[in-house]
Amino acid sequence: MSRYAIAIDVNKCVGCYNCFLTCRDEFAGNNYPGYSAPQPMSGGNWITIKEIERGSFPHVKVNYVPLTCSHCDSANCVKLDQTGAVYRRPDGIVMIDPEKAKGNKAIVNTCPYRRIEWNEELQLPQKCTMCAHLLDKGEREPRCVETCPSGALVFGDLDDPESEISKLYASGNYAPLNPDYDMGEKVLYKDVPKKFVAGTVIYSDIDEVASGAKVTLTGPDGEMTTVANGFGDFEFEGLPDNVTYTVQIEAPGYQKVTLTAKTSKDVYLGEIMLFK
Amino acid sequence: MAEKILTSCAIGGPVFVHVDDGRITKIRPIVFDENDPQPWTIEARGKKFTPPRQFSLGSYVVTQKSRIYSENRIKYPMKRVDFDPNGERNPQNRGKSGYARISWDEAFDILESEIRRIHATYGKAAIAACTSSHADFGLLQYKMGPFGRFWNMLGYTQILDNPDSWEGWHWGATHAWGYYWKLGISDNFGMLEEALKHTELLVMWGVDPNTSAGGYNGQDGCRWRWWCKELGMKMVFIDPWCNFTAATWADKWIAPYPATDAAMAEAIAYVWITEDTYDHWFVENKTLGFEEFKKHILGEEEGGFPRTPEWAAEICGVNARDIYVLAREWASKKTMLCTGSIYGVSGACRQPYATEWARLMVYLLAMRGLGADGCNTWGGASMAPPMDMDFRFFGYSDNGWDAFGIVAEETAQNSVKQKAYRLLLPECIMNEKTEWIGEGFCGNSLEQQLTRQVCPLPPEEGGAPIKMLYRQGGSFISTMTDTNRWPRMFQHPNLEFFVTADIHWQSETKFADLILPICSGFEKKDICELGAPGGYGANDMGANYRVIIYMNKCIEPLWESKSDYDIYCELAKRLGFYDRYTEGNTIEDWIRKVYNKSSMPEYMSFEEFKEKGYFVVPPPPPGTKAAVSNKWYYEDRECDVPDHKNPLKGTERAKMMGTPSGKIEFVSTFLQEHFPDDKERPVMGQFLPPWEGKGSPLEEKYPLVLMTPHMRFSYHTHFDNKSPWLDEIPAHRVVKDGYAYWIVRLHKVDAEARGIKNGDLVKLYNDRGAVLCVAHVTERMKPGVLMSYQAGAKYDPLEPGKPGSIDRGGCVNLLSPARMVSKNAPGMVSNSINVEIERWEV
Repeated sequence: MSRYAIAIDVNKCVGCYNCFLTCRDEFAGNNYPGYSAPQPMSGGNWITIKEIERGSFPHVKVNYVPLTCSHCDSANCVKLDQTGAVYRRPDGIVMIDPEKAKGNKAIVNTCPYRRIEWNEELQLPQKCTMCAHLLDKGEREPRCVETCPSGALVFGDLDDPESEISKLYASGNYAPLNPDYDMGEKVLYKDVPKKFVAGTVIYSDIDEVASGAKVTLTGPDGEMTTVANGFGDFEFEGLPDNVTYTVQIEAPGYQKVTLTAKTSKDVYLGEIMLFK
Repeated sequence: MAEKILTSCAIGGPVFVHVDDGRITKIRPIVFDENDPQPWTIEARGKKFTPPRQFSLGSYVVTQKSRIYSENRIKYPMKRVDFDPNGERNPQNRGKSGYARISWDEAFDILESEIRRIHATYGKAAIAACTSSHADFGLLQYKMGPFGRFWNMLGYTQILDNPDSWEGWHWGATHAWGYYWKLGISDNFGMLEEALKHTELLVMWGVDPNTSAGGYNGQDGCRWRWWCKELGMKMVFIDPWCNFTAATWADKWIAPYPATDAAMAEAIAYVWITEDTYDHWFVENKTLGFEEFKKHILGEEEGGFPRTPEWAAEICGVNARDIYVLAREWASKKTMLCTGSIYGVSGACRQPYATEWARLMVYLLAMRGLGADGCNTWGGASMAPPMDMDFRFFGYSDNGWDAFGIVAEETAQNSVKQKAYRLLLPECIMNEKTEWIGEGFCGNSLEQQLTRQVCPLPPEEGGAPIKMLYRQGGSFISTMTDTNRWPRMFQHPNLEFFVTADIHWQSETKFADLILPICSGFEKKDICELGAPGGYGANDMGANYRVIIYMNKCIEPLWESKSDYDIYCELAKRLGFYDRYTEGNTIEDWIRKVYNKSSMPEYMSFEEFKEKGYFVVPPPPPGTKAAVSNKWYYEDRECDVPDHKNPLKGTERAKMMGTPSGKIEFVSTFLQEHFPDDKERPVMGQFLPPWEGKGSPLEEKYPLVLMTPHMRFSYHTHFDNKSPWLDEIPAHRVVKDGYAYWIVRLHKVDAEARGIKNGDLVKLYNDRGAVLCVAHVTERMKPGVLMSYQAGAKYDPLEPGKPGSIDRGGCVNLLSPARMVSKNAPGMVSNSINVEIERWEV
């Protein structure tokens, strides 16, 4: 038996939207009886991309998080739907029967990730099918995975221990988008952005970057250290939301600087001057 | 009806086209089967790198289905309602009047009689014709094929292209390192392996490879850049905006004001000279004029001053500290400068005095020892994987403006000497006399940059004022500069007849007297090699494999559209040269002839090829050592890379660069001889304060600087406004009140000063025009700088047919200057435009 899953490495995603556009190519206007009714020519977002801009000029970065149905083992949509229109295949793919689900808008609201779309024209709830109609014909992977240029999306069978996806999942680096939902999600993510605290350290007397300055971040869970890089920049990445940290910067022969940073958003502390 | 799967090649990717009952249902990348060759592997630093056995499509390729069936297709031949070829022509109404559907017979009758009338009245030179680039891909049926062969046979005023995406390199770097046969940029061979094995730092100067490096090559290069990161290479980006590649993958982003990059380059040279970290051996043995450059940088020339990072920091609006660090990192690490070859152009080379920046890039490469292990020019980190370059195939420009000439008995030659210049087309049509310098693409010699041109030529030289314009494609208002000049030209009484032939309604379509519907590349046959431009771009490869594709006619031409070839065949028939034009060949015959002239028959029969639809050229066997660009020069050997255009190969100058001295020239001997007193392109490249942009006199009235780089989700104008799917990508257009607006990006500081909030409708304007956009307020912009992509494909003036009207379609080139790079460097300037922005109330 197979158990299908997708692994998404957010750091590799370059925001090209190939997954989004390819899904349109596969489904817009195309009917796959027994699997899915056509996606509308515009407006179907079975997979879409959330763009997250982080930090402030000039320390800014962007992460792209592809969002799609997680094909959960204990999916809310399957549990809450009383009509039998939503079901989980033996290979784990969660499907919405386009015949049985017609007119049933309530299904849209069952997903806490909001990954079920309402097709107004067909009066039908619709979502990602993991391209089950292609997999059943023996194809290797869903279309979005096939066109991902950076390898950010990996598809495979968790029941095959040699598959790439099994190894990725075993690495412990992948987690559901929202672990609190605890639904046995089969689309897992690596490096979904949390928050960063960053800054640039300068020796004020010589107006040069303080490469190698030691930076210590202290929060409720203890402390972390790093050093300023060649450009004098430091960054603590992957911090939890809404935590207040103290940031201490030290360099031999200079006075210690202590700052605070709250991770209600990504924090760039700007240029931090060290004085003798 | 059963589904058929047919091969084709889009601009940006070889594809399987699924066709059901005469309709395209999906378009997928070609994925190799078990019989296709195994991929290459590069071993570097203890790791093995192997590409997937398929192609990575460009984003816009994935929209093709919606582009083919777009509501915006031109469906039928049409004539402007108040255009009467035998009576009132009403040129003043172009852009305002409606159209009436006509038959193809009527359309051909008008075309034929107008061509005959203009020939009889004014002569052949009175007809000018021009084609767009990059709508669809191909070899025979691409723009150099049907168009070039027809108009050359007829005789016409050719409209010379400017080297639009790499101006500074063409008009500047040619005088530093030659490479005029590649229009100013270096070839790139063996570079991926070279970088993976040796390089430690990638300097991405003015380039955004994850956005535009793919071009014809889709996104195959994306993985290579990730491999670089996996190996621990650092990426430094220099760009006024934190572009898409920088925002996701940069280790450092440095943001100079547009058109100030040359000052930063000089300051880097200053650090290397004063800290004595440059390659002495290289500059002494392989360059000319370094001592003079050194004096200039150190301020030892008369009236000079030292080009310190502090000096540059003031001009560029960056920290001097960052310039020092960048210079030191660059000097201490094996570094690829990721500009200077084709998929690393754009950006800073399209600015006032861009010649200076491009030359300074060559100087910096020279000071690091161009061609030393891991130190080279590598366009966008997006070129030159292991490839068999002995396999012979062709690119669309291999035979100049007659692609059929690759296999035809006769290559068509233009009998008309008169030329126009694309950037000056409005002037050439509206004014009595227009002058410029250079032959557009000057790929045969540096001397071509000297040619003094005038339009019209005097009658004794066969010249005539231009009275008719045949336009294949329609992207000018979106892609040329100061483009309100185009509506003025279209409405000018000098232009008696204006025809457009296009697939979709584009920015200038609605100015035409006669509109001809053209079919897409999926509705006609061709043969091609993935990503192969041929000619000046021969062997510039940025995909993982060489793939030869039979381009099927997947569906019949939609509505009443025809291929350009069929239109020209009919016209040639009516004008009496059909037999010469076709030489008795069908398109299939032409394709077969190309096939037979290539290396393909060594591998399979034409019938087998056609049946399978594609052929993957086997990669070089493992262990093959590829020749690396410029390394031969560093090692004082004869040029050994497969740059077949290099005219020095096989001569006594085979170890030399293409400059007069054969060395990299800090001081140009060519410019010394021909333009010794040119203050705008001095004999030695150096920073010159931009005539438009930061610090220019225009700043007082228009304090913000707009840059308009190449697009992310459209190839020029050919996908925007054709695929409705793109309008749902918030980084492409934003729908507001039911209208999909173009985006302008600006920093919070500039937005707040003007009461602009994210998502507001804004007017972007200067004295040249005004464009309505949606504001995207972002930390990715340097304060004081705005960014809006180059080619919104929809010209939608609030007052139709009124030049200067506010446009709400997104043609930001209405704002760019007509003035060119400098007086002897006739290139376009689109990345340093003084503007103001304000909220727009509907």
